Amino acid sequence: MSLLSLNQMKTSIGQYHVLHDVTFEVPEGGVFVLLGRNGAGKTTTLRSIMGLWKPSPGSVHFKGEEISGLHASDIARKGIAFVPENMGVFGGLTVEENLVLATANGKFDAQRLKRIYQLFPALEQFWTKQAWSLSGGQKQMLAVARAIIEPRELILIDEPTKGLAPSIIDGMAEAFAEIGQSTTILLVEQNFNFAKRLGRGMAVIDDGHIAHTGSMADFAADTTLQEQLLSLSS
Amino acid sequence: MTHSSPRGALFIKSVVLLIGALLLFAPFLFQETRSLEVAARICIFVVLVASYDLLIGYTGIVSFAHTMFFGFGAYGAAIALKQMGPGWDAVLVGVLAGLAVSIVVAIAIGLLSLRVKAIFFAMITLAAASVVLVLASQLSDLTGGEDGITYKAPQVFKTANKLMVDDAGKVARVFGVKLNGKLAAYYFVFTSCLVLFILCLRMVASPLGTVLKAIRENEARAEAIGYRVVAYRTFVFCIAAVAASLAGSIYAIWLKYTGPDTALSFTIMIDILLMVVIGGMGTMYGAVIGAVLLVLAQYYLRDLMGAASDALHGIPLLPELFEPDRWLLWLGIIFILLVYFFPKGIAGTIWDKGARS
Repeated sequence: MSLLSLNQMKTSIGQYHVLHDVTFEVPEGGVFVLLGRNGAGKTTTLRSIMGLWKPSPGSVHFKGEEISGLHASDIARKGIAFVPENMGVFGGLTVEENLVLATANGKFDAQRLKRIYQLFPALEQFWTKQAWSLSGGQKQMLAVARAIIEPRELILIDEPTKGLAPSIIDGMAEAFAEIGQSTTILLVEQNFNFAKRLGRGMAVIDDGHIAHTGSMADFAADTTLQEQLLSLSS
Repeated sequence: MTHSSPRGALFIKSVVLLIGALLLFAPFLFQETRSLEVAARICIFVVLVASYDLLIGYTGIVSFAHTMFFGFGAYGAAIALKQMGPGWDAVLVGVLAGLAVSIVVAIAIGLLSLRVKAIFFAMITLAAASVVLVLASQLSDLTGGEDGITYKAPQVFKTANKLMVDDAGKVARVFGVKLNGKLAAYYFVFTSCLVLFILCLRMVASPLGTVLKAIRENEARAEAIGYRVVAYRTFVFCIAAVAASLAGSIYAIWLKYTGPDTALSFTIMIDILLMVVIGGMGTMYGAVIGAVLLVLAQYYLRDLMGAASDALHGIPLLPELFEPDRWLLWLGIIFILLVYFFPKGIAGTIWDKGARS
């Protein structure tokens, strides 16, 4: 059984129908990548899964349970974390406070914190600094760290490489690969080179429809399909 | 509020401590009736502004109904003292009645309205406050209407009450200050307000305060982490209402008079807004600085301008410019200058500058 299953999900924002028919399944474990051009509906898909936009009609099942009508906070408590694009941290709070917010009882698990320090050493260094004072890469690290400070079964990550330097992106890829060993990641990404390093399964969304699903290895080998769906040239 | 700001924070905390010390010894330092009135009003407004800062500064809720809750507390105590007589049982009943009404109304407004956009919520609170103001004027059998209610405070707070007597049987004095009921009433106000202010401070320093700041910064992000924003906003709205209601009850006991002008008027709401902006939103300590500056200006700016006008006698134009009747104009100018030079309020700006220097 898949961990997450989207079935004919449709989402409208105001008078605009953004998602028309989104159907795909995310298997348990590893990194599943959702690719697509600008404005194809990738972010709306993640926000709809998270309950920040209400999909109607259609369904979203997480571990076999329907979650599409639930409140975002209830969906989060079921074990889904969301890392929004543009380094979604709370700039007015310190690194510590940003992480405390995501803990279940306001206390850190020592082992998890140690793992976060190993993945993102900069966070330990800037522990008491306010998040607005961090660099773009550090903010992204903090956003990801917030998603793994508690045990999660699924992490939705929206364009984590946007605006980051190549050296930071390499470090981020290593971190995601490690996180993906114990947690399922649904990654939205435009940077195809980054996505193909990490993805096991993948789907391509185009104009609010799922245009292709399959394994990342097959898609990475098919340059014609890449050109057709993503306008990528090899 | 910045956390890594030792110099700015230290300075602001020192100023607030100094103000606290001056308020503690106010009856001995400023021995005239008006000074004690000013000190008591500052104490009350510190609580009112701090509780309003919980809403506007920490959670991003703009409400115009804060004086309504202040009024519930004031009228609760006033009506009970009038109907039941000047006893502590009446105070208890009045305070609890004010609190009960405040909590019920806050929950109702919060759950019904905090889902809507900020501007609509602000309009709903304005409408609710207007309705209560009209009701207070029209239910004259209960509230005394426009004239308000005059009543007696508990025996211990009567000016004639001798807390201690000297050898001659007269009221004892310490540093020239009579140890009478008025002094007891002031320390009742000071202590109650200090406790309420410390509770507000504790609240924003707790994990709840961190959640409130996160909600203020980005509601959707807070929801996505697992926080039910409407529930938190309603809760903090109730907490602020409780603090305002208690401040109203304390003020009613101090004044021994409650009317629309002292408990419900929109002038009080504007004062609270000015104080929180001048002091610094989302700082809590700014409540103390804002309340002190505005209350002092309201009481002493006229006197100061009168003195300036007299001193400048003979110079063309200037004495007219400093005519005491023009004090509101000068208050406006001072406010504009403060906002210009301290864009985050006095506490907020100094706190941040201390962090960067």
